Amino acid sequence: MSNQTRRPALGNLLRRPETGSLLGLVTVFVFFAVFGGADFASATGAASWLNVAASLGIVALPIGLLMIAGELDISIGSMIPAGSMAVAIVSGHFHAPILVGIGTALAIGAVVGFINGVLVVRTAVPSFIVTLGTLFAVAGLVLGLSVILTGTTSVGIKAGPEAKWLLGHFIGGTFQVTIFWWIAAALLFGFVLHYSHYGNWILAMGGDKVSARNAGIPTERVTILLFMCSGVSAAFVGLSQAILYNSAQVSAGQSYIFNAIISVVVGGVLLTGGYGSVVGIVLGTITFAIVNQGIYYTGFDANWASLIIGILLLLAVLMNNTFRKLALAYSPARGKSRT
Amino acid sequence: MTAPLLKLTNINKSFGPIDVLIDISLEVNAGEVLCLLGDNGAGKSTLIKILSGVHKATSGTVGMRGKIVDFNSPRDAGDHGIATVHQFGGTFPLMSIGRSFFVGEEPKKGWGPFKILDRKRANDIAVKAVRELGITRIDDGDRLVGGLSGGERQALAIARAVHFGASVLILDEPTAALGVKEAAHVLRIVLQARQRGIAVIFITHNVIHALTVGDHFAVLIKGAKAADFRKGERTREEITDLMAGGEHMAELEAEIAAYMASHDGHPPPVAE
Ligand SMILES: Nc1ncnc2c1ncn2[C@@H]1O[C@H](COP(=O)(O)OP(=O)(O)OP(=O)(O)O)[C@@H](O)[C@H]1O
Ligand SMILES: [Mg+2]
Repeated sequence: MSNQTRRPALGNLLRRPETGSLLGLVTVFVFFAVFGGADFASATGAASWLNVAASLGIVALPIGLLMIAGELDISIGSMIPAGSMAVAIVSGHFHAPILVGIGTALAIGAVVGFINGVLVVRTAVPSFIVTLGTLFAVAGLVLGLSVILTGTTSVGIKAGPEAKWLLGHFIGGTFQVTIFWWIAAALLFGFVLHYSHYGNWILAMGGDKVSARNAGIPTERVTILLFMCSGVSAAFVGLSQAILYNSAQVSAGQSYIFNAIISVVVGGVLLTGGYGSVVGIVLGTITFAIVNQGIYYTGFDANWASLIIGILLLLAVLMNNTFRKLALAYSPARGKSRT
Repeated sequence: MTAPLLKLTNINKSFGPIDVLIDISLEVNAGEVLCLLGDNGAGKSTLIKILSGVHKATSGTVGMRGKIVDFNSPRDAGDHGIATVHQFGGTFPLMSIGRSFFVGEEPKKGWGPFKILDRKRANDIAVKAVRELGITRIDDGDRLVGGLSGGERQALAIARAVHFGASVLILDEPTAALGVKEAAHVLRIVLQARQRGIAVIFITHNVIHALTVGDHFAVLIKGAKAADFRKGERTREEITDLMAGGEHMAELEAEIAAYMASHDGHPPPVAE
């Protein structure tokens, strides 16, 4: 029975969800290394896309897990500015200790995530619609409240050195400290999805929610927790951006919605759920960030970046479909004679 | 006389205004196979969903070993040793065989918060369990379930239930998608489970399968229990009629059988 050790390496690679995204990343990197020249390959060049990838990656990870579980959360588009404004209003405008500001921002993320989760679980309305609702509701709330509380839509915040060091400074003047938070988040989410039993639950829920529940998985609790994860992560990105740039604006997150979804899908996660990997999500995020930033290192007009991203997305989906089919069909050639 | 392993008392179930189950009382003993029979839409699946914690009865009680139990979720039923293969689904196409087998009951290794999924053990157990069901083509637990045939997937779901069904095993039309050989394996598994003292509830539309394994038969017609009898108390024809909702099907079936026997090489139906 233990003939599972010697397996062809190619077969192993083929059935991983991130194989396609690895190819995509290599292609994109080579493309910009050629056309972007030495500047793109320099440390500053790397920092430019790593910084973008880091804050995008921190929201893409929970979005990816939600998508693997068969759900979607687009309310992150207003949770990021909500997190920024919360910490700026509490600690900047009202001069409360920074920890209170950070706690408030994260708590708001958790509450909005909880509301999203409960609405999705209780109403059985598709999560796209539910979070579209909260996207607008939270945006309106943030705008309204910040005008009432501060009289403006842009609030400054001066965080102390510890908070700056932890959440908002440039290492060596170029690399955002957020990169390390992203790495930590990737390790954590990677552990949860691939090594803990919760990962099995998430994959099963995305594959067939009814069967997952019938198999004894507390699907409602897991769904709510995943939405809370994405709310908190989005608030975290918002608050660290506010601390980094010393100010917060009410409208600074909408682009994250599509960018995160693109990163996740390019990373090999199946839009309908049940399939995907954290390595893939990370690779997809890097790919997106390289295209997004690399264009400035080439001689091309930056407007072409959107075209490349659009084509990249379509190619990635096609390639991921192909690899998924190969993974489904893959079985070792051995053992066929034994019946 | 000890209390029956499972005892349903006056179970009613309505979905909104529709009464699906009406006043069902039933006993299932350890080491016995109960065949639950009835026409399409009679309420068989709904009844076993109450036993597996998927639905709650509108009224009535479920007792286990003489004590009333209250299942709020499939997990509760699982904790009482009830494992179910539902009529549809039960496996996850884009998961590996090992992972799919253990959904909700993952084997872990390590300590504290760093317990990790024991993939190798999951794969080994899953592959062994499926092979015991006669599906010997499967030897790699990392293969994706979606790459298996329908019958192989069904066998995987059954193997899982057999593995986790410590006291009650519920199979909702398990042989529907299976070939002759695999169906025979499933029947053998049912008999093995019975021998180990497990109570089996077996739903089927196949008279031969029912007669092969059943000790005790209950027939639902339009949500009500129309008959409840033990092996040998009814003829095969009577059972066939009851399974068709009380209509005279046995004659028709015999006619079809005669036709098939005398026409263009259709093999005559084989008795058990
Ligand atoms: N969730 C539900 N909501 C409303 N009605 C339901 C629900 N589930 C089942 N029913 C109804 O209950 C009746 C019994 O369904 P059930 O699935 O129990 O039948 P069955 O005996 O298993 O039939 P089959 O042999 O076709 O599997 C059907 O009329 C069905 O429409
Ligand atoms: Mg049914």
